[in-house]
Amino acid sequence: MDKTINITLKVWRQRGPKERGAFESYKLDGISTDSSFLEMLDILNEKLINEGKEPVVFDHDCREGICGMCSLYVNGHPHGPDDSITTCQLHMRRFKDGETITVEPWRSAGFPVIRDLMVDRTAFDKIIQAGGYTSINVGGAQDANAILIPKEAADEAMDSASCIGCGACVAACKNGSAMLFVSAKVSQLALLPQGRAEAARRAKAMTARMDELGFGNCTNTGACEAECPKNVSISNIARLNREFLKAKFRD
Amino acid sequence: MTTIIDPKKDSKVPEGPLAEKWTNYKGNQKLVNPANKRRLDIIVVGTGLAGGAAAASLGEMGFNVMNFCIQDSPRRAHSIAAQGGINAAKNYQNDGDSVYRLFYDTIKGGDYRARESNVHRLAEVANNIIDQCVAQGVPFAREYGGLLDNRSFGGAQVSRTFYAKGQTGQQLLLGAYSSLSRQVEKGSVKLYTRYEMVDLVIIDGRARGILARNLVTGKIERFAAHAVVIATGGYGNAFFLSTNAMACNGSAAMQAYKKGAYFGNPCFAQIHPTSIPVHGEFQSKLTLMSESLRNDGRIWVPKKKEDAEAIRAGKLKPTQIKEEDRDYYLERRYPAFGNLVPRDVASRAAKERCDAGFGVNSTGLAVYLDFSSAIQRLGIDAVRARYGNLFQMYEKIVDDNPYETPMMIFPAIHYTMGGLWVDYELMTSIPGCFCIGEANFSDHGANRLGASALMQGLADGYFILPYTIQNYLADQISVPRFSTDLPEFEQTEIELDKKIAKLMNIKGKRSVDSLHKELGHIMWEYVGMARTKESLEKAIEELKKIKKEFWSNVRIPGEANSLNIELEKALRVADFIDVGMLMALDGLNRNESCGGHFREEYQTPDGETLRRDDEYSYVACWKYMGEEQEPELIKEPLDYEFVVRQQRNYKS
Repeated sequence: MDKTINITLKVWRQRGPKERGAFESYKLDGISTDSSFLEMLDILNEKLINEGKEPVVFDHDCREGICGMCSLYVNGHPHGPDDSITTCQLHMRRFKDGETITVEPWRSAGFPVIRDLMVDRTAFDKIIQAGGYTSINVGGAQDANAILIPKEAADEAMDSASCIGCGACVAACKNGSAMLFVSAKVSQLALLPQGRAEAARRAKAMTARMDELGFGNCTNTGACEAECPKNVSISNIARLNREFLKAKFRD
Repeated sequence: MTTIIDPKKDSKVPEGPLAEKWTNYKGNQKLVNPANKRRLDIIVVGTGLAGGAAAASLGEMGFNVMNFCIQDSPRRAHSIAAQGGINAAKNYQNDGDSVYRLFYDTIKGGDYRARESNVHRLAEVANNIIDQCVAQGVPFAREYGGLLDNRSFGGAQVSRTFYAKGQTGQQLLLGAYSSLSRQVEKGSVKLYTRYEMVDLVIIDGRARGILARNLVTGKIERFAAHAVVIATGGYGNAFFLSTNAMACNGSAAMQAYKKGAYFGNPCFAQIHPTSIPVHGEFQSKLTLMSESLRNDGRIWVPKKKEDAEAIRAGKLKPTQIKEEDRDYYLERRYPAFGNLVPRDVASRAAKERCDAGFGVNSTGLAVYLDFSSAIQRLGIDAVRARYGNLFQMYEKIVDDNPYETPMMIFPAIHYTMGGLWVDYELMTSIPGCFCIGEANFSDHGANRLGASALMQGLADGYFILPYTIQNYLADQISVPRFSTDLPEFEQTEIELDKKIAKLMNIKGKRSVDSLHKELGHIMWEYVGMARTKESLEKAIEELKKIKKEFWSNVRIPGEANSLNIELEKALRVADFIDVGMLMALDGLNRNESCGGHFREEYQTPDGETLRRDDEYSYVACWKYMGEEQEPELIKEPLDYEFVVRQQRNYKS
């Protein structure tokens, strides 16, 4: 039979962006250790609804670690205590019987709280809109095999491109910096010949947009890399700095 | 008398030989000049591969686009979760691939229930998709020489699948999202995130706008346009447990259906053979293990029933079963395609073994997907390089190491081939209302081949809709922008307010989820992998009961005009019940087995699907006739002019 545990949850509840929030405690008994963290929250919500209360609001969608929607700060870590996963892939077998689990939203100036554990991450879209693309229209592309791309470059670009835009890096950073997110996109496109044409413009535009939107500076603490659910490397930040400096010198 | 849709007149299939139809169409269609494009507004609902690509392309062309998604960003659409790859007939591997072969495999894989002209067009534009995505900077896998790599997928004997690790959908979606973002920056596309379409507005018989609920404020807002494109994906979540994301829903399609759009082939749902098995009542979704794993993984169950029983009781481990005591049933039954048979075939074969008592896992509802021979042959590092992220995902969920013990898998609802009926131009039966991607019924017939969903979504979005919609809009250039104060908007909103007030006022005893789970059980039990006349009749009875229970006993806390996650879910579940009913009705009407639709009464002696081309070679289109009435069946005959239909054979 499944193993079950009893837990106490301390959940951040906040009605709206301008309202004061506070922790509320909930006791849950008999949670299967095979259930995922979000399934445990489903159980909590079912209980709250049956008691006539409003459920805890949190973002989630694919529940298989790829959409980047889930965004919980669990026991002081973005996406919780397990490595290399999103909150939706966190399972209750990671917690002990009798444990108190603290659940908070991402906390950062760039991501205002909408309600409870749900935050507004449109700032990330705005950064991509500043230049996270190659400027080509549909219809003009040449044959896909016309450009040879060394396997190493393609693989490295893929690693950078695996960012899911969840914002854990910002939430983990004491400065609230979005450098890992920005650098992952800049790197992916800088590593590929298709992206080189606009590399300088892109690095400047995306960095400027990031600054405008109130994200902090990078002080190389490495917290972003440690908490990134997709293991996006901090070496991307070094590459962004290089691209940015190159672009600035050319000005 | 059944109404018949004329393929040439009503479905607008162009004249000429199969391979020239699309070229002829493009050569003769009406276009809109650049100055007029700026004056035309288009609403695109959905930002997945189809919707995102369409919004980006229409923006690039100069139309004024409004693009809606229910998530916080367009990048979250569920296309992102597609793992394995995307098909195209590039023939880069020199293995004899061609546009015709891709067309033929897709038609055959769909068990001859798709429109030939649409499928051929899809195969034609597939190559352009790969070119477009590479130009966007999609990091497809490459060989050491710098050329693109390919892998094999089910239902094909060539390697035509392009991939980016096990995250192809993510990379393609991010490509579309980046193109979309570029248009947002330019101002040609306006994004509405955390908005959900809640109704379609019809003026003088044409789609002229939508009502959308702002999910943050809870307010209903009105949007007018010259055309509406629905790209909201499939309705697989009617089964509650599926590989779809939690928010995937069929509501936009149902809103269009209730405004007069025909619903095509609703019973065609795909059950994917390789999902992680169900493990408990609290489970909220099923996680897919990519079909690409069947390139190297071998599927088996124990040959001896006593071994299967011992495994289920936890007394025996799969690694203790000797090679000669394993039944590699796909290789045994289908020597030519082996583990790479199409999804419907692989799913049914797994069910057959489990029903016969050879299933594993404590539930008996699982089979093994084993990599030991691949690890022996290629080495553990090569296997890790190919499937590392999938293995990691499996381990995190199941807490078992697939490098050492075989994975356990079981079929799960994955994709819906059925959807809104569209003509060759991808327009529904409501003028001005288009439907693309998984949300329409068009290209996959009764079963979709692996790596073809991404192909269809992007084909519709980048290369087909942006052309065909102009043929409609060319006649709209003198139509001025609409005011959202028109009585049609007013009336639609009043009706919607009434529906929402009704839901909020039920104040019953059951949560939306509990009702949704019950619906899912009914669907899986009676409208699932194997259907019979009796099971479908039973489903209809049960669905009527659950509909009554839902509308009299659901409990939605909070207020309607505020952020309310339970109201969001309730609106979707109300539609899932109706779509479930359509699936059951359609399945009952279709007295044959084809692709994913398996009626136990109609099978060959070896348990394969038995099609009845003489009677059921048509698209079943359902027309809404009112809440209390059964929908009317309208048929579009599928006349195969170019392909000779055969019994699908994956054995030799």
